[in-house]
Amino acid sequence: MFSRCLAHVLACVTVLTGAAHAAPRPLKAPAGMVMVGPGVYRPLYPASPAERLVSVRRFYLDARPVTNGEFLTFVRAQPEWRRDRAPRLLADDGYLTHWAAADALGRDVRSASPVTNVSWFAAKAYCAARSARLPSEREWELAALASENARDASSDPAFVARILDFYSRPALAASLRDVGSGKPNLYGVYDLHGLVWEWIYDFSASLVAVDSREKGEADRNRFCGATGASAQTPSDYAAFMRVAFRSSLEAAYTTSRLGFRCAADLEETP
Amino acid sequence: MSKDFRRTIGVLRASAIALALVASACEQKPDVGAMQRHFTEHPAPPPDVTSVPSDDRIMAVLTSPPNVPPPTNRTKPARVVVKLTVKEVVMPMADGVQYSYWTFGGTVPGSFIRVRQGDVVEFHLQNDATSTMPHNIDLHAVTGPGGGAASSFTAPGHASQFTFRALNPGLFVYHCATAPVPMHVANGMYGLILVEPPGGLPPVDREYYVMEGDFYTKGKYHAKGLQAFDMDKGIEERPTYVVFNGAEGSLLGDKSLKAYVGDSVRIFFGVGGPNLTSSFHVIGEVFDRVYMEGGTHYQENVQTTMVPAGGSAILDFRVQVPGAYALVDHSLFRAFNQGAVGTLKVSGPEDKLLYSGKQEDSLAEKEQAPQAPVLVDSAPPSTLTRDERIAAGKTLFASTCSACHQATGSGLPGSIPPLAGSDFLVKNDKERVIGVVLNGLSGPVKVNGTSFNSVMPTWNHLTNDELANVLTYVLNSWGNPGGEVAPAEIAKVRGSGAI
Repeated sequence: MFSRCLAHVLACVTVLTGAAHAAPRPLKAPAGMVMVGPGVYRPLYPASPAERLVSVRRFYLDARPVTNGEFLTFVRAQPEWRRDRAPRLLADDGYLTHWAAADALGRDVRSASPVTNVSWFAAKAYCAARSARLPSEREWELAALASENARDASSDPAFVARILDFYSRPALAASLRDVGSGKPNLYGVYDLHGLVWEWIYDFSASLVAVDSREKGEADRNRFCGATGASAQTPSDYAAFMRVAFRSSLEAAYTTSRLGFRCAADLEETP
Repeated sequence: MSKDFRRTIGVLRASAIALALVASACEQKPDVGAMQRHFTEHPAPPPDVTSVPSDDRIMAVLTSPPNVPPPTNRTKPARVVVKLTVKEVVMPMADGVQYSYWTFGGTVPGSFIRVRQGDVVEFHLQNDATSTMPHNIDLHAVTGPGGGAASSFTAPGHASQFTFRALNPGLFVYHCATAPVPMHVANGMYGLILVEPPGGLPPVDREYYVMEGDFYTKGKYHAKGLQAFDMDKGIEERPTYVVFNGAEGSLLGDKSLKAYVGDSVRIFFGVGGPNLTSSFHVIGEVFDRVYMEGGTHYQENVQTTMVPAGGSAILDFRVQVPGAYALVDHSLFRAFNQGAVGTLKVSGPEDKLLYSGKQEDSLAEKEQAPQAPVLVDSAPPSTLTRDERIAAGKTLFASTCSACHQATGSGLPGSIPPLAGSDFLVKNDKERVIGVVLNGLSGPVKVNGTSFNSVMPTWNHLTNDELANVLTYVLNSWGNPGGEVAPAEIAKVRGSGAI
C-alpha cells in the first residue's frame, strides 16, 4: 500500500520536474503578466453534459487591461492598425474614435486608462505583437472567479453582489479610471470586474441564443444556447450579462466599454 | 506578415462559417402554412392583411409617456418605419432617489408605437454608444420567433433592423429579452405598441399612456441617492417600488393627467412587471369599457381590471364630475407604501345632481364627542376661533407634518429644519411661509444658524382651511411668535380662491 502511494508521488514529481525541464523557458512570467490557475471552471452553458466542469491549465495573464498608452505605442509601431488605415472589415467605424487623432490620445484620454473601442482583430494583433494571445473564455472566467482572498469566490455573496453592482451602474463619464487602481485578486490580477468588458479569444463560441429565453433543442445548444433553465447557475446574473454581451459582438465590433488584456501559455507550445 | 494575413483570412472564413451556422440554426423561415392556418382558423380575417402595401414609407410618430400618438387614420395598411434607440440613463425614481434605468427611447415606459393592422413595420433598433449592455426587443405584436428578439439583438453603439407584419390588432407590450431578461425588464425596458383594427378605435377626447412596473433597489423605499438593482429582492418578488410610468410621482402634481368635464378619456394601460400583476382602479370612476387584456372585446362598467405582467388593457370612460381622481393599483399597500398612485385632474363646472359634495357633517349617533374639534372642508372659516384652529392644526400636524418635522417641532439634524423656535418663521413674512408649505422648498436654507439642503414636498392638495390651521398651530407652538393665519391668506398666495 505504502509503496503504491510512494510510486504515485514519485510519478508526479517526475512529471512535474520533467515538464519543467522540457520547457526551454524558466517559469518566469512575461512582463506585466502573472500566473493563473490551474483550476476548475463551471461554464454557464456547458457545451456538452460532459463539460459541466472544465479544467483549466496554468497560464499567464496580463495583470492589468491594456491601456490607451500601450495601444498607442502599438499603433505607432504597426501603423496599419491606425484608425484611419485599419480596414472596416477588421475594425468598425467606432475603432479608436475616442482618441484625438489616429496617432495621438489627446487631452481627454488618459494614457493609463484601459483602451476601449478596439475590435477583436485589433486586440488579437496587439497581443500577437507581444508574442502573446487573447485569453480563452475558460481562462478569463477562471481568473475572474477569484476574489482578493479566494480562488473561487462564486459562492461569496459579497463578491457576487459587488460584480453585479458594477454591471448595474450606469456608464457615466467618458473617461475611465486608470487600470490597476483597485485591489488585485488572489492571482495578482486587477480590474477583471468593475472597469470594462474584455475581449476573449473564443467570444463567438460562447454564443447563446440571441433570444436568450429560447429553449433550444440539444443540437442547437452549441450555437443558440438556451434559456436560464439550462444554465448551470441561473442566479449568476453577472455571468449571464458577460455571455450576453459576448454574444452580441462580431469580431470587427468596437464599443466604448470594451477593452482587452493578453494571455500567454505557461510552457512553450511546440 | 503573410502568415499573419493567411491566419486572418482563416479566421474570417471561420467566423463567416460560424455566423452562417448560427444564422441557419437560429433563424426560422416564415411558416407560410401556419399563416394560412391562422387565417382559416380565424373566420373573419381583415381582407387587407393579405394585400401588400405600396413601397412608400411612413415614419411612425413615437411619443413619450403619458402621451399617445394620434390615430393613424389610414384606410389601408402601409409600410411604417419605427426607429427606437435604447439608452441607459440615470433618472429620479422618487424624491432624492436616483436609478440607472435601461430604456427604449429614454423614458420608462418606452416610446408609444401606433400602427394599423396589416402594416408592414420596418423596425430599427439602435443601441446607444454609451450603453454598457447589449439589448434587443420582443414585441408581443409580432408574429414570429422571439417577437423580433433574435433579429434585433444589438451590441452597444450598433443598430439592427427587421421587418414584421402587424397581423393581429390590439394593445401589446414590448420589452427587452436579453439575458438576464428579468433584470432588463426590472430596469424599465418595456413599452406599448398599439395595432389599430381597420377603422381604428372609437374616437375619444383624450388618450393617455400609463404603465405599471415593479422596481427592486438595494436601499429601502425612499432611501436617498443612486440606488443599485437588488437581484435577491427581484427573485423573491419583494419590490421596493411599484410605480406608474417609471417613477413615483410621475403622474402627480403638475404631471397629473388632465381632462375637462364631459370628456371621454382613454387610458392605454400596460404592466411591464417584471413580477407583479396590477389590479388597476381609478378612484371615483367606473370604466365604461375595458378592452380586456388589450384584445378585441370589451367588458362594460368595470370597477377594477386585472392586468397581467406583460399584458395590457384599454380603458374608456367619460368624466362628468370635476375633481382629482387617483389612479391606483388596488393592491393598496403598493399605492400607499410603494408609489403606485397617480392623479387624473378633471376641471369644469360641478353638477350637484351627479355629485353633491359633503351635504352634512354631524356626530355619529352613538359616538362620544371627539377629543379635538372636528374640522370639515365645508366649515366656513369664520366659525373657527384661533384656539380651535390651533387644536385642529395640531391634529393635522401630528398626522401629516410630524413624520419629518417631529411632534416636538425639532426637525431632524442635518436633514429636516426645526420649526420649534424657528428664526425662519420670524424673519420671513407670512406670505413666504405660506408659499413654502404650498409650493414646497428645495435647495439650501438656513434655520437657526444651521444650513439644510433637502426637499420639502408641496402641500397644495390640502385645503385652505387645513393649511391655515396647521400654520396657526405651528406659529403658536414651541416658543414661536404666535399669530394666526386665515384661509383667505392661503387662498391669496395660492393665486385663486379655489378649494
